Amino acid sequence: MSRLAVPKTYKLYIGGAFPRSESGRTYEVRSATGAFLANAAKGSRKDARDAVVAARSAVGGWAGATAYNRGQVLYRIAELLEGRRAQFVAEIEEAEGVTRAAASAQVDEAIDRWVWYAGWADKFAQVAGNANPVAGPYFNISVPEPTGVVAIVAPQDSSLLGFVSAVAPALVAGNSVVVIASERFPLSAISLAEVLATSDVPKGVVNVLTGSPAEIAPWLASHADVNALDLVGAGDLDWIDLEFAAADTLKRVLRPEQGPDAAAPALGRIAAFTETKTVWHTKSMK
Amino acid sequence: MTGTSLITARERALAVLGGEPDDATLRRYLHGIPGVDAVGLEQRAAGLGTRSIKTTSKQWALDRIIELIDLTTLEGADTPGKVRSLVAKAITPDPADPTTPRVAAVCVYGDMVPYAVDALGAAHGDPDDGLISVAAVATAFPSGRASLEIKLADTAEAVAAGADEIDMVIDRGAFLSGRYGLVFDQIAAVKEACRRPDGTSASLKVILETGELVTYDNVRRASWLSILAGGDFIKTSTGKVPSAATLPVTLLMLEVVRDWHLATGQRIGVKPAGGIRTSKDAIKYLVTVAETVGEDWLQPHLFRFGASSLLNDVLLQRQKLSTSHYSGPDYVTID
Amino acid sequence: MSFLEYAPAPESTSVLNLRDQYGLFIDGEFVDGRGTPFQTISPATEARIATIANANEADVDLAVAAARRAYDRTWSRMSGRDRGKYLFRIARLVQERARELAVAESLDNGKPIKESRDVDVPLVAAWFFYYAGWADKLDHAGLGANPRSLGVAAQVIPWNFPLLMLAWKIAPALAAGNTVVLKPAETTPLTALIFAEILQQADLPAGVVNIITGAGDTGAALVAHEGVDKVAFTGSTGVGRAIARQVAGTDKKVTLELGGKAANIVFDDAPIDQAIEGIVNGIFFNQGHVCCAGSRLLVQENIHDEVVDRLKNRLSTLRLGDPLDKNTDIGAINSREQLDRIRELSDIGEAEGAERWTAPCEIPENGFWFAPTIFTGVQTSSRIARDEIFGPVLSVLTFRTPAEAIAKANNTPYGLSAGIWSDKGSRILAVADQLRAGVIWANTFNRFDPASPFGGYKESGYGREGGRHGLAAYLAPAPVGGQAAITRSSRAAVEAAGSDAAAAAEPKPRRTRAPRTPKATTKGSKR
Repeated sequence: MSRLAVPKTYKLYIGGAFPRSESGRTYEVRSATGAFLANAAKGSRKDARDAVVAARSAVGGWAGATAYNRGQVLYRIAELLEGRRAQFVAEIEEAEGVTRAAASAQVDEAIDRWVWYAGWADKFAQVAGNANPVAGPYFNISVPEPTGVVAIVAPQDSSLLGFVSAVAPALVAGNSVVVIASERFPLSAISLAEVLATSDVPKGVVNVLTGSPAEIAPWLASHADVNALDLVGAGDLDWIDLEFAAADTLKRVLRPEQGPDAAAPALGRIAAFTETKTVWHTKSMK
Repeated sequence: MTGTSLITARERALAVLGGEPDDATLRRYLHGIPGVDAVGLEQRAAGLGTRSIKTTSKQWALDRIIELIDLTTLEGADTPGKVRSLVAKAITPDPADPTTPRVAAVCVYGDMVPYAVDALGAAHGDPDDGLISVAAVATAFPSGRASLEIKLADTAEAVAAGADEIDMVIDRGAFLSGRYGLVFDQIAAVKEACRRPDGTSASLKVILETGELVTYDNVRRASWLSILAGGDFIKTSTGKVPSAATLPVTLLMLEVVRDWHLATGQRIGVKPAGGIRTSKDAIKYLVTVAETVGEDWLQPHLFRFGASSLLNDVLLQRQKLSTSHYSGPDYVTID
Repeated sequence: MSFLEYAPAPESTSVLNLRDQYGLFIDGEFVDGRGTPFQTISPATEARIATIANANEADVDLAVAAARRAYDRTWSRMSGRDRGKYLFRIARLVQERARELAVAESLDNGKPIKESRDVDVPLVAAWFFYYAGWADKLDHAGLGANPRSLGVAAQVIPWNFPLLMLAWKIAPALAAGNTVVLKPAETTPLTALIFAEILQQADLPAGVVNIITGAGDTGAALVAHEGVDKVAFTGSTGVGRAIARQVAGTDKKVTLELGGKAANIVFDDAPIDQAIEGIVNGIFFNQGHVCCAGSRLLVQENIHDEVVDRLKNRLSTLRLGDPLDKNTDIGAINSREQLDRIRELSDIGEAEGAERWTAPCEIPENGFWFAPTIFTGVQTSSRIARDEIFGPVLSVLTFRTPAEAIAKANNTPYGLSAGIWSDKGSRILAVADQLRAGVIWANTFNRFDPASPFGGYKESGYGREGGRHGLAAYLAPAPVGGQAAITRSSRAAVEAAGSDAAAAAEPKPRRTRAPRTPKATTKGSKR
């Protein structure tokens, strides 16, 4: 006797809550074989606006947390993800139409990526920062600080790993993010948001939008309160227009990457969303 | 010349401090003064040191340096003969050039005062009138390690012998151990001992010995303390410890004097002493005075150089300016 | 006479050996430009100094081609050790010709000789010394082993620190193995052209550094040139924005060092005399033509009056006049255009109700001058508290608590620098943490050092100059798989030779298209 399943409603993740799109719109998400999987929320510009507000209000707390604490919080995500491994494997298998082995490998890699980036949280500043031997009686030190609010167009050809690969490095230094999930594979991103909501990630630090990147991304690219733009998954969009729009407030922009190595784990991805702050102070015994 | 009267100074101190000048009150006051950032202070001094003083300004500066010199001999080997020689040099710095001005004062140990007064004769008097004062170091100079009675006797004896100015040392040990009240009382007492029977008073220069106070915060506090206690001048150094007058220390003391003037209207003098040997260095001090408290301060009753070898270097520079060729040490006199 | 007037002490111009006309420095030689030549003048007297060639697009082509050739044939193949030796040579030559460079800089720019002599030129030499030593240590630049150079760097620099900005740009670029086409600002080309002579003395291989003169259109053509791999610009945020648009969709790597509206925060426990000096140095250094100038004084309300009084007294001792006089504190405004802007914004400040105070100083008859000016009673909403004036004009605002100071300091689209004055270490560090600015000076201001990264947050630009970070801005990580650097032209050469090695080494493919035409042209490299 098979039991009638209870399907999940997939919504947006903004400011720690799971609202529907303010536009009331949804779109059908279908499996690789064309079967209906769910109605995902079709985020609008106003959802993007709300997400930026949520992200901005979270910056102070997240950036102000100790690096040790941020590392623990990111590691906690890996722990929770591990516990729900089967769910994600099944979701990816269905959505992407890949083998169980391939889906498992993707989830494992995603978990390990969280672990890798979590470990950087309290080391990154030591590697990217410097004591500078200036020619004068000064204490002089350079430290990386979070850029602020980072808008991300997640890799479009991956359910989970691409999303994690883009989001995790931005969080390491203390940024808050607004992520547009893969349009075709949005469900794992929202499931991951459920993990985040029950982890120790403060609300607003990660905000997930589903829907059309082509529709939403321009609003984020031109938003004056967004500090940086990661176009890693925007290769099939009119991304030059996005970079062009980002120039208005001189946002930091990472250009698109494609292929299996997109958003490969790298220190550079952490550095891309940091600002080097150099502090001078006079030094004297007198 | 007369210093400010003791009563006025003490009353002013009470008003400024808002209480009796005991350790606690003074500590509260002196430690409430804004701090000094050493790097910034030294940079400002270095900046002032880059002023380029040429032609007419240099001529004026050289003459003014001479007029501000306390020509000094403070050796254990000093004799009446040495003092007479010093006085002769003070009166006639450059026998080859009668336009050379006289120095402000001769500065000697207390027991040498009678010889100095005698040698000066009619030239003895107020440097603001073109005459030459006699300054005596006192209060167990240079260490200051003696009882108050001895310090006061040292002072009174010099004044009685004709000293116009007393260069006292503060008790650095007391200052560094926080006994500000003691330092205050000693300065006030020495000031009292500067009084003459006719009611006038010798001018009191208070030597901080900045090389032993070490930090600029200490120098600033000691400056305020000395002024509060009635000093007419604050002076950097005895010349007997390795670190004597520096431009940053002098700048700092000038800033205190400027702030005191703004607060009370009273003008206090500053005397860097020890280590200033060249005209070039001395000009930096003139620039620092002019740009910190104004060139009004470049008068003998408000600014002095405590120096000995400086005078001859200034004379060489003067000769260079008037003859347009470089002079040599055999063309100025040794004293 | 008054001693304080100080007799004139002009620096001798006899060390200068200027030509009457300067060409473009391309491929190791001075050549004629094809645009209409222009005059460079002394802003202190408005007298002509020399005629300067003007590079048009064809000249830009030539310069970029020369840089590309030098990159492919010489510079990218040279050992780091030898590149370093060339930079050391240049540093020494700058030291040897320091006085000449300082005089030329003050003549052409209008800045006081004491600044060009004691700050600009010594730092130029220091910058070359610093990066010279990096040339053979690139593995330690922070990008992993065997980082690659980028290729040809297009560098456009402003008029406020002409030679120093040249050094900030050229030294790290060459150390990292790039070749350079640099365009100095049109009002201050002189020292860059003397520097070209220094490069000839150093026997630097032809084409490694090319210096082309011209106005904004020359700079725009250079930045837009397809043969350029890296763009480094220092100048106004407006032009920086245009450049960011121009390079959108290209492979070009960009660093931008743009405008600022720095807060200089003075707490009531500040070392007051040094704070006053720091405020003065912060806004009146180089006539306030400094992107990181402390143009917004945020002073704790309980010491506002005292600070302003002390400031006015101090400003009254500043000496404005002949930039070549060794006692000049405030030189000439660099151009009539800039003077007009300073005047306009100051008038707006007055119209908006701020109280204007101007230091008493005599303004020379000829030339461009603006006396040190303070505005009190400035509100955060005032134009003079928001717009970069880039002149000797200080806006004074107040705050009551550290949190308020931080909020006001950060309330700007800029984020280049900030100052903190306090005797309390814990507060300094906490405030420094919270300020959104790339350079924080605590109990000091306007200090620069080649070892110290410099650059902004937000609309003050991106990337850093100076230090290891400044070097990394001219490098890329080794390609995945460890292949040697593949550049546009060497790749073409390999392809032409019928090899498919280039395709194999091709970095991850990316959809690119022709860059869009920016809405604004890169007009002028004005800061």
